[in-house]
Amino acid sequence: MSEPVFTAESTPMLALGYRFQWEPAQNCNVLLYPEGMVKLNGAAGEILKRISEKKQSVAELISELKEAFDGADLDDDVYQFLEEAYNNDWIRAE
Amino acid sequence: MTGSEQNKQAPGSIGSSIGNVRDQIRQPLWLLAELTYACPLQCPYCSNPMDFAKVKSELSTEEWLDVFRQARAMGATQLGLSGGEPLTRPDLVELISEARKMGFYTNLITSGIGMNADKVAEFKEAGLDHIQVSFQASTEDLNNLIAGTDAFQHKIEMARAVKANGYPMVLCFVTHRQNIEQMEDILDLAVSLEADYVELATTQYYGWAMHNRDQLLPLKEQLVKAEAVAHRYQEEQKGNMKVYYVVPDYYEERPKACMNGWGNVFLTVTPDGTALPCHAARELPGMTLPNVRDLSVNEIWNGSDDFNKFRGFDWMTEPCRSCDEKEKDFGGCRCQAFMLTGDPANTDPVCSKSPQRHLIDEALERGRAESEKSVIDQKPLVFRNPKNSKLISGL
Repeated sequence: MSEPVFTAESTPMLALGYRFQWEPAQNCNVLLYPEGMVKLNGAAGEILKRISEKKQSVAELISELKEAFDGADLDDDVYQFLEEAYNNDWIRAE
Repeated sequence: MTGSEQNKQAPGSIGSSIGNVRDQIRQPLWLLAELTYACPLQCPYCSNPMDFAKVKSELSTEEWLDVFRQARAMGATQLGLSGGEPLTRPDLVELISEARKMGFYTNLITSGIGMNADKVAEFKEAGLDHIQVSFQASTEDLNNLIAGTDAFQHKIEMARAVKANGYPMVLCFVTHRQNIEQMEDILDLAVSLEADYVELATTQYYGWAMHNRDQLLPLKEQLVKAEAVAHRYQEEQKGNMKVYYVVPDYYEERPKACMNGWGNVFLTVTPDGTALPCHAARELPGMTLPNVRDLSVNEIWNGSDDFNKFRGFDWMTEPCRSCDEKEKDFGGCRCQAFMLTGDPANTDPVCSKSPQRHLIDEALERGRAESEKSVIDQKPLVFRNPKNSKLISGL
């Protein structure tokens, strides 16, 4: 396994040219990029929505998600998703 | 038209992430707006129709915006602004700005001729999401660029402006027999411009390119070399510049999944408002060529004969009909099947299972024979311009 890209202090940002939006015709959140679209499931949508709306660290992102979802234990899931999204070139780390 | 929309099979393109045709309500997710046939260039590999000079009346700003709104309501997310050269439309900024407000992801597909740093900033301000600059890279053009002429200075300046405005720099080169041996120069140029993505698109033989096919088809040995060069740069530039290389379909054993299926995700609207399932479909026999000036986009997409003609699999002939790969490539390209075999319902002759594959092999042989003639005996390229268009279409 390679070293993880994201730590509590890093700031995830959408990759250059990527845009997040709610898509009524698909009834889901999507990521749009040059000539393409990814449909997002509920959890991915919640995470990427926050990343697209404001610049914050992973720790802040997680605490915001916990607040929104009744303190659920979601740290591992978030880290796992961020790595996956990074490998798909959807996000970058600052 | 620039080269990029000829190649919709880049990994992660909209069709592939949207999944299976059968389980899906068909939506025109990709709207290609060919805003104009006006173009300062005369590329002999253009896929615009040869009789483009017949088109007299372009859709107005309000008519385009109406098409955008209708397509958007039906689920379209990607908008390609193409041509001709879209920069020749004086209302381009307004079209971008309104489309962006509707929620489109807006792609400008341009040669960059007529663009300057101020315009790039204006497009950014209007909300343009993505600019793709095509390089013509005809021998002379490329030599000029490398020699450091004004054109080269202009490209550098523009490329910098693209990056300065926060866009990834996406370059597209359309390759053919006359320029494919310059692949290394092309890629060096891209590196020096600090491009983020380079698409090495291959000429596809429609419109003007079909007319010039004998002079444009690359030779096998050229391809082998070009491919090796492309792969070397893919390795060397990992993490800096992504290089997409597409093998010309004439050299493949299986056809391309053209348009990700007929009437499945793509909708092209031409400068005069004709709606097409793909930009070359105008040339097929029996097309009714519905126009957005007469019918709604919904009526055209769901109800017209044209868009239903090759949907699904029932229209197929053998060997496609009983083929277990038909859901992968939809039998290839209808326009290519028609142009080469005379029947658009035939298997794309690129497929090695097609009984007419020999037509492709013969075309490759004719290309080779042409390349072996002395320069004086070679057929001259016919350039895409209004004069030639009028001559050819008898205007």
